[in-house]
Amino acid sequence: MSSQLLIAMRLLGSLSLLCGVGYPALVLGAAELAFPERARGSLIESNGRCVGSELVGQPFDDPQWFASRPSATAAQPYDARASSGSNLGPTSPALASAVAERIAHWRGVAGSDAAVPVDLVTTSASGLDPHVTPAAAFVQVPRVAAARGLDRARVRDLVERCIEERTFGILGERRVNVLRLNLALDELR
Amino acid sequence: MTTEASLRFVLYLGVMCALAWPLGAYLANVAERKDSGPARWLAPLERVLYRVAGVDATREMTWREYAFALLGLQFVGVLALYALQRMQTHLPLASEQLAAPAPDLAFDSAISFVTNTNWQSYGGESTYSHLVQALGFGVQNFVSAATGLAVFFALARGFRRTSASTLGNFWVDVVRATVHVLLPLSIVFSLALVSQGVVMTLAPSASVELLDPTVDAQGAPASTQTIALGPVASQVAIKQLGTNGGGFFNANSAHPLENPTPLSNFIEWLAILLLPVACCAGFGRLVADRRQGKALFAAMFVIFVPLAVLTIHAEQSGNPRLTALGADQVASADQSGGNLEGKEVRFGAFESALWASATTAASNGSVNALHDSFMPLGGLGPLALMQLGEVVFGGVGSGVYGMVLFALVAVFLAGLMVGRTPEYLGKKIERFEVQMASLGVLAPCFVVLLGTALAVSFEAGRAAIQDPGVHGFSEVLYAFSSAGNNNGSAFAGLGANVPFYNVVLGLAMLVARYAVIVPVLAIAGSLAAKKSVPPSAGTLPTHGSLFVVLLVGVVVLVGALTFLPALAIGPLVEQLQLGAGGGA
Repeated sequence: MSSQLLIAMRLLGSLSLLCGVGYPALVLGAAELAFPERARGSLIESNGRCVGSELVGQPFDDPQWFASRPSATAAQPYDARASSGSNLGPTSPALASAVAERIAHWRGVAGSDAAVPVDLVTTSASGLDPHVTPAAAFVQVPRVAAARGLDRARVRDLVERCIEERTFGILGERRVNVLRLNLALDELR
Repeated sequence: MTTEASLRFVLYLGVMCALAWPLGAYLANVAERKDSGPARWLAPLERVLYRVAGVDATREMTWREYAFALLGLQFVGVLALYALQRMQTHLPLASEQLAAPAPDLAFDSAISFVTNTNWQSYGGESTYSHLVQALGFGVQNFVSAATGLAVFFALARGFRRTSASTLGNFWVDVVRATVHVLLPLSIVFSLALVSQGVVMTLAPSASVELLDPTVDAQGAPASTQTIALGPVASQVAIKQLGTNGGGFFNANSAHPLENPTPLSNFIEWLAILLLPVACCAGFGRLVADRRQGKALFAAMFVIFVPLAVLTIHAEQSGNPRLTALGADQVASADQSGGNLEGKEVRFGAFESALWASATTAASNGSVNALHDSFMPLGGLGPLALMQLGEVVFGGVGSGVYGMVLFALVAVFLAGLMVGRTPEYLGKKIERFEVQMASLGVLAPCFVVLLGTALAVSFEAGRAAIQDPGVHGFSEVLYAFSSAGNNNGSAFAGLGANVPFYNVVLGLAMLVARYAVIVPVLAIAGSLAAKKSVPPSAGTLPTHGSLFVVLLVGVVVLVGALTFLPALAIGPLVEQLQLGAGGGA
């Protein structure tokens, strides 16, 4: 029996080297060769400084920017050190009151009783969702155009151009990357 | 479902089956030690491992020796993983402000990864160093999946061999499953994921300047965003392929750096079901009757589809309470619609619900959306898929060996009806096999119900519940359904990182894994020793639709009789409250 335990220890040790060191090192090297930008987090540079990752959402509150979805991360919104969602259940009173508050906010902005796109009033699973739906971006066009003194049609046109389609026409959902949209917005003037 | 959704559903399942079925033939070759073509290039690596570990690859083991070797490897694995976690601050690559995890958390996590459960009561990026993730959790992702495959190989040999006393060599099976199956697939999948943007770096984090500075929870200005990075892609590939499910980040495959695009989502989803389904095909080949593998697959498929459709429908329909408040959840050209609380826009309700169904059907447990925020019936689907014993595709290897236990019960019931000694795959199924099969089928059920009852009976268990009302009960029921079937997903509102849950769930995972594995090996040993009986006119064919119906009936009946009362207190009542507009 003790000989079997000895084999167990030696096998675990050698598999640790193979699968815990060799394998990640191989993938690391190959990733660095083939997709260096992607492997390092798809970071975006603008005017010589790093303004974000294309894949990780950021909070936008000021009316001159398109807003991202609400985020449930704890320390600050869109805290990419500790991803998290709200985990609130469908009948949770806390969920209902949070959503009611956000709907009131967006109705105040849009000035109507219109239904608000659901992604704009719910938190994502990661708290780092980089996207909103096209509907949620369109709702914000008048606000952003007014804050920037831009023509609404131009801003709407920009949103249209920023829409990412489904992959192969069937995978995923149509969406707008908020950081990309806002960076493009800065180039409109 | 809409036509468009049905089309996507068929596409996902179709591609998966088309890839998994041929892989089954390869799995059978790995089990039978037949290497041809490129697989021979891996032989030197295999030999090195045997030499270093001191394995005599020609030695055969009885079922008891096989079980002892297996338990030995698990025991050593738990100790090593516990020690590695506790020492992480003294080891390299712990550059962030990490502390050593508490003993109860380290205990829970060690058992969780060794038992192929990957229940996580911690947030990965804020708790563990890159070293612990890769050298600790990453290694057990391989070893635990290889262990599942090994038991599956041994069981198949039990049916195939006659008047034999041995089942193969555990060490050889683990090494071959790792070297010939898990490693090559993981390398291919991880590079595909990096191409989509899954990060793969040793840098601890990147700091970026926010375009629009924000305020933190204390009201202080925050102008930067620190993005946790790490060697993620290699971990994610094996986490998906090995039905492990433990995320590198807290948000698991909902995190945009762990699952950034619809294509990465498709690849990771494929990887959840690929090996469990391949095991069905492999089983048919290993017992030299491919129809038997198809029958097992058919039974799994028949249970999977309605539960997946239920989940997708519930999520795509949205939350009536949010509609009443003024939220627009109707699908249109400009939005995917549905219940988006706890979901990512790039995946929408459909792909989130389809993932939830697959990850709980297989014993994977990774998530790309928060199950706790699913609609009552959307959460019922995943709950039920786990409670049926993780045999609807199930874990790598463990799905098929679990389903074979149900098949033994099914032929036993059929035998009782006609008054003959039951047979399965040419072996007489007698008292010992039925006893062991019943033990393996009922142990997880027992753990789930007992654990849930314990947790809601003690203050320590109730204190961790997040949501008020019946949904809070569902959180606890989900936790034990997950741990008690080695799944690992969660209704994560439950604050499970407390000593009570870390200890009780840890024990639940141990029982769920080994109170199935040991009976399976005992059955395999007993069957191998028997002679083969040729089928006669009185033999129930186990490859036809009659048997599939019987098998589905047994799985569903055992699950329904055990869990309907608990489901009635949880998601079913919540659904009624939702319909009635009543309070939680």
